[in-house]
Amino acid sequence: MKLELRYFAGLREALDCAGESVDVPASVATVADLRQWLSARGGVWEALTTQKNLRSALDRTMLVLHAEAQSTLHEGAEVAFFPPVTGG
Amino acid sequence: MSVSVQSEDFDVGAETVALSTGRNEVGAVATFVGLVRADKCSQVGAGTTAIAAMTLEHYPGMTEKALTEIVTEAENRWPLQGVRVIHRIGRLQPGERIVFVGVASAHRGAAFAACEFIMDYLKTRAPFWKKEETPIGGQWVDARESDDQAAARWARDS
Repeated sequence: MKLELRYFAGLREALDCAGESVDVPASVATVADLRQWLSARGGVWEALTTQKNLRSALDRTMLVLHAEAQSTLHEGAEVAFFPPVTGG
Repeated sequence: MSVSVQSEDFDVGAETVALSTGRNEVGAVATFVGLVRADKCSQVGAGTTAIAAMTLEHYPGMTEKALTEIVTEAENRWPLQGVRVIHRIGRLQPGERIVFVGVASAHRGAAFAACEFIMDYLKTRAPFWKKEETPIGGQWVDARESDDQAAARWARDS
């Protein structure tokens, strides 16, 4: 399954990556699975599971905390990971 | 409803007037303007210089969608005749305007409440991030728990 990933703010800098296209195995079915899969790359990518309060969005809708395990991925989905927002 | 994400400044007077122009049913316009504060750099020790500037990053495509959803929620909760939201991006210096929220309604209660609601939700749900320029380099601004608490005040049981 192909996904479009986006990273923002401090996370983007830590990963040195603003976005990427990935093809994930069938075992990656939810946003929570994706987070684990990315973290398993090791090194700076472990931030996805170790950094406190990292938020996510699926198809440009922010996920409420703890909703990632119920948020099912689909072909072509856009998933973003980012620190808590600080606008306004 | 009108939502803009832009690097340019905005005219507070013109935006405020536009909210009631041609709408004689409007009896109240409440506005909020957010500015860049010349905060001390807390992370580099006490008594240091104020931040020189900040840069606002956002999530193109999601930002406009998130702001529109927030305004729609406000329109569902209060009888509003007009809403204008402008949020700037890019590099801004202390004293510069960041955000404008203007709400028009028949009465002040709805206008005040909806204006505050939109700002509280914008702070916690719109994908913007601030990075401050300090003497030791760029520092991402931490989210505040008080902002989450402010947004939670508006939560509904249903």
